[in-house]
Amino acid sequence: MHEQPIKFYQTGTFTVGNRLLPPEQRTVQSRIKRYNSLNSGHRACQGCGEALGARYCVDAAMEAANGRLIAANATGCLEVFSTPYPETSWQLPWIHSLFGNTAAVATGIAAALKVKRAKGERRHIRVIAQGGDGGTTDIGFACLSGMFERNDDVLYICYDNGGYMNTGVQRSSATPPAARTATTPSLEGALGNAFGQGKFLPEIALAHGIPFVATATVADLHDLEAKVRRAMEFHGARYLHVLVPCPLGWGFPSHETIKMARLAKESGIFPVFAAESGEVVASAPIRRKVPVEDYLRPQKRFAHLFSPTLNLAALARLQELADRNIRKYRLLPETL
Amino acid sequence: MFEQIEGSRAVAKAVALCRPEVVCAYPISPQTHIVEALAEMVSSGVLSPCEFINVESEFAALSVAIGASATGARSYTATASQGLLYMAEAVFNAAGLGLPIVMTVANRALGAPINIWNDHSDAMALRDAGWIQLFAEDNQEAVDLHIQAFRLGEELSLPVMVCMDGFILTHAVERVDLPTQAQVDAYLPPYSPRQVLDPAEPVSIGAMVGPEAFMEVKYLAHAKQMEALRLIPQYAEEFRAIFGRPSGGLAHAYRTEEASTIVVAMGSVMGTIKDVIDEMREAGHAIGALGITLFRPFPTAAIVAALRGARRVVVLEKSLAVGLGGILATNVRMALAALPIDVYTVIAGLGGRAITKRSLHALFRRAEKNDLDSLTFLDLDERLVARQLAREKERRKSGPVAENLLRDVGVIAARNY
Repeated sequence: MHEQPIKFYQTGTFTVGNRLLPPEQRTVQSRIKRYNSLNSGHRACQGCGEALGARYCVDAAMEAANGRLIAANATGCLEVFSTPYPETSWQLPWIHSLFGNTAAVATGIAAALKVKRAKGERRHIRVIAQGGDGGTTDIGFACLSGMFERNDDVLYICYDNGGYMNTGVQRSSATPPAARTATTPSLEGALGNAFGQGKFLPEIALAHGIPFVATATVADLHDLEAKVRRAMEFHGARYLHVLVPCPLGWGFPSHETIKMARLAKESGIFPVFAAESGEVVASAPIRRKVPVEDYLRPQKRFAHLFSPTLNLAALARLQELADRNIRKYRLLPETL
Repeated sequence: MFEQIEGSRAVAKAVALCRPEVVCAYPISPQTHIVEALAEMVSSGVLSPCEFINVESEFAALSVAIGASATGARSYTATASQGLLYMAEAVFNAAGLGLPIVMTVANRALGAPINIWNDHSDAMALRDAGWIQLFAEDNQEAVDLHIQAFRLGEELSLPVMVCMDGFILTHAVERVDLPTQAQVDAYLPPYSPRQVLDPAEPVSIGAMVGPEAFMEVKYLAHAKQMEALRLIPQYAEEFRAIFGRPSGGLAHAYRTEEASTIVVAMGSVMGTIKDVIDEMREAGHAIGALGITLFRPFPTAAIVAALRGARRVVVLEKSLAVGLGGILATNVRMALAALPIDVYTVIAGLGGRAITKRSLHALFRRAEKNDLDSLTFLDLDERLVARQLAREKERRKSGPVAENLLRDVGVIAARNY
């Protein structure tokens, strides 16, 4: 290559990269016009990745919908920390029905709005649904797949923290291999969650051929917002899978949430990409590749891989998974 | 207008006249003809604007209705049997959220063993879920109850289950007086929700409630159900005024004047019971019947008033509380606890077992002589039961029960006897 394209980014911090953008494209924490759909005062843990992800996703969707947005929410951390009655952090119309039916409830909302609009009783209103990985990949999976295949006009957002954190950190089908949870213990040299199990829902969403599927992390809020905005440009079923590290469940200090998300992305263990109509159209390239070990080591859920002895075999298998993602989603320049 | 029409299609037409805005359905016998007819009406534009959604399960069907109802749309679905159980979590949720969804339950037995025929096990299993439960005696009443159900549910912000016997009613072609759109519009005002998801006035619905208010929320649900006891007779009266026929109400007494024996039942079996009572009255027996239309809330006062003159009450029901006996009978016993009336429980017609006039004649005559056990299984094949019990005593590995019985009976399909 005879010329090197200039890239504006700085590793380690987010704000500098943001500052290099024109003002209108910047992601900002707070400004007068911000909807604050998930308002302050809720009861999420310190450093909660899900609270951060939800705040950016819902506000971006609100902005795209000109404030005409309704949200359905699955049972889980997000529902519980935002609403102990009579307090609510939600500044938009919001409904929680059950753990496993959120996608179907959202379908019902969208159907009702369609009829109400045809009757001239309501203006155009958009619908989002949101849940954690348990409510999405496990118990809510049938309803979600139904919503996908019918191409119902809903943006479904999964906040993936790799387990059932609300009930005390149990395994879900999104828990990574070798992770210790309350139901995949690592006692007596056991591995924790088994290899060869679990599912990566974005690929299943892709297989439905729906208009838009994307992944994102809370390490790149600008990318997250852009994906929500892009998703809102489509009608029909759309899916956004956001990696949201959980200090409690993963076992890392609460000020390192963004760092964990970034290491997941930079190691390749969590591929960040976007797909339209069943085809991957963009991948967020790894800026500075790190070994997957750098991502695992700071997390107590993987501590048994490092002590009392180094579990080289498990680390190698996890590195293989990251490398496979890098090849599959072309996350490094040499894989392009 | 009178039409010779299948029960399911008649109900579908009645539902369409109520102008539902979202209809969702998952196929399960014997409910399917209702939603098939609605699908046709939506597809042809007869019912418009209305969204018809083919979902992937009954759990999704009711969940779609929950979302639609919370958005202010009149919502309808239909199910039966296993489908009702599969959506059980959403059944409680719809009631807890106070969403006036109307749902037809084409009553069918619950497995195992799998059985598609009629009894009331499905609706009874969810009797305490917080839904108003109405039972239709015939297809005319099924049509009328659906129209009343939307009015009642929407007034009280409570969901309503309209129960009609699977196959016996859903698949029976008989003469039904179908109302006109003008009549239904005059009776049923547009849905005006107490809570609605609306960006202009954002609310959170379904928040977590702790011990500080949970009891009160549940008490209010109970109080609202009890309010239905007052509204239902009033709505039945208004219905008569507009549609020109009595329909609905809490319960219907039949020839109970001077009756020392009164038979209590729900649903289509009332037809057979009334025929038997006519014949027995002809022969000089002091017998009458009480058909219960409203099962939840339980119309205790109306039942006491109708039964208080009797010496004995025979509750004939198509459901079984395993380990106890009757469900309807237990409710009736509770209502009559302070009165010196003998109550007999008769479990009949489970899994579609025919309830014949002949069996009823014999049963009622035995009741009149106080010759009934407190719990009777009508037309139970005791020899068949004894053979299986002997088999189990003989061998530990006696095999699957249902298959053994079928082998003994020598048939592989249900038959009429």
